Amino acid sequence: MHKFILKRLGMMLPVLVGVMFVIFTLTYITPGDPVMMILGDQAAQEDIVNLRAELGLDQPFLVQFGMFVANTMQFNFGTSFTTGRPVLEEIGFRFPTTMQLAAMSVVISVLIGIPLGILSAVKQYTIFDNGATIIGLLGVSIPNFWLGMMLIILFSVNLGWFPTTGFETPMHWVLPSFTIGISSAAIIMRMTRSSMLEVIRQDYIRTARAKGQKESKIIVSHALKNALIPVITVVGLQFGLLLGGAILTETIYAIPGLGRFMVESIQRRDYPIIQGGVLLLALVFSFVNLLVDILYAFVDPRIRSQYK
Amino acid sequence: MLTNKVAVDEAPVGVNADAKPRKKRSQMHDVWKRFRKSRTAMFGLFIIIALIILALSAEILAPADAINPGYDIQDLGNTFAPPGGEHIFGTDNFGRDIFARIAHGARISLYVGFVVVSISMVTGVTLGALSGYYSGIIDNVIMRIIDILLAIPFLLLAVSIVAALGPGLRNVMIAVGVAGIPGYARIVRASVLSVREQEFIEAARSVGANNFRIITRHILPNCMAPIIVQATMGMAGAILSAAALSFIGLGIQPPQPEWGAMLAESRRFMRDHWHMVMFPGVAIATVIFGLNMIGDGLRDAFDPRLKK
Repeated sequence: MHKFILKRLGMMLPVLVGVMFVIFTLTYITPGDPVMMILGDQAAQEDIVNLRAELGLDQPFLVQFGMFVANTMQFNFGTSFTTGRPVLEEIGFRFPTTMQLAAMSVVISVLIGIPLGILSAVKQYTIFDNGATIIGLLGVSIPNFWLGMMLIILFSVNLGWFPTTGFETPMHWVLPSFTIGISSAAIIMRMTRSSMLEVIRQDYIRTARAKGQKESKIIVSHALKNALIPVITVVGLQFGLLLGGAILTETIYAIPGLGRFMVESIQRRDYPIIQGGVLLLALVFSFVNLLVDILYAFVDPRIRSQYK
Repeated sequence: MLTNKVAVDEAPVGVNADAKPRKKRSQMHDVWKRFRKSRTAMFGLFIIIALIILALSAEILAPADAINPGYDIQDLGNTFAPPGGEHIFGTDNFGRDIFARIAHGARISLYVGFVVVSISMVTGVTLGALSGYYSGIIDNVIMRIIDILLAIPFLLLAVSIVAALGPGLRNVMIAVGVAGIPGYARIVRASVLSVREQEFIEAARSVGANNFRIITRHILPNCMAPIIVQATMGMAGAILSAAALSFIGLGIQPPQPEWGAMLAESRRFMRDHWHMVMFPGVAIATVIFGLNMIGDGLRDAFDPRLKK
């Protein structure tokens, strides 16, 4: 098991350097001079040259990339063009909000998606199953930024149950987490259903029935255990979707998180913030996928044995 | 079943080639017969055909007047008209007919969908085919690049690319197109790997077909099923992501009637004028719903295991 985790970590490192390269290159090709952005249009030629040298912008591409990697390794993401404060401080301060939102959405999507998927599979082709399938398809199709606005109109403006914007109290958390969680719940439900249907037809389930095992026990302890393996992967992949969805949802609900901050930074052309933010979120996403793989090996001995 | 087709396709020179078109037709015929049986898939097809008709007839339904295009005819004496009557979806803050804007927006969305899918599909299929066909170093390099792209959550990658290239419809299409490449590359690679080792490839090689011919004429036609399914679902994802980017202000600029941009404009008025929010969102959801159902139907229709 240790070997497996080490191997998996070793695979992650080059990918992360690659991610840094992509992010760095994207900033590099961006039109507009960061020096002019910091100093303004009226800056003296001398100041421009000095600052350019200070930021290392007069160096060749690969040298600049090397410096970027070296700085990143030391958690130095540079300073924001607009506030002048370190990027790490700016994004670190907003990051927990985004993570909290993403975590709550995952919980909601799992709590809705898995039970509905199981029920749907157990009651295949009944009204419940058909209804759940249609709702699932709708859940996948509805854009979450639109869903967010409709939830505000219904539950905040008309019914007055929840506040419209902000993220201060638990009441503020409900609508945003559902906004992000519902489409993931739909995907998880579809995956659970098809996975359960495949497992339920297998011989060992019939054997369990034949020996007189209670149906509820068959579903929970025999079928579910095997059916959940592919579902775990989907949940991990959903996390990336949720992090992307946070950009939209935070904008709609005016939540002071990393996603909204990045959108504002794009409008302000504050590239160090965008770089740092994307890098941090990609790191989180890679880490979650690493956890998923470990969990995978943990529940499925067949995968574990490949790495012995 | 697909293997047969190519075998016939490549019948030795001189053998009566008349059998070819009939064989080809029967293959598609088979898929279509299974596709047609699925009520949800046919419903999806109906939605998309209706949408194409709406897009094509936008100029007739909402013609331009002397000065403005059909989607930008303002009537400042009749702003925020509720749905019904002369304006079935109501009017917006400039008194523009929302239905006219949605009809014209359908053109943009379909256009975006086609362009994005073309970008991701051509690049992704090429990379995936090369990777699967030539194992070794080429495969390794391509797959590591794909891993890197996959490590950044989809929407975040698209956002970073647009941030680098600058806002606008063209750049949004490039960004979403590039972000979609890994999906195709992986699917194509997997199916190329399974086709590559089959005997008819060896046969083609033995009669002197070169690599290019083997890939384009023998391998790719046998990988079409997953590519077509991915393209259908990918178009849904493309339209959704492009709308999301427009929603956060990175996409198409006003007064163009893109659905995501319409939602962004409606945000300021959502407390009092729900109809401005309602219809663009329903339009997006309907297209995605239709495409997803077609995709589901195609996947089942192509699956030989479900063949009776």
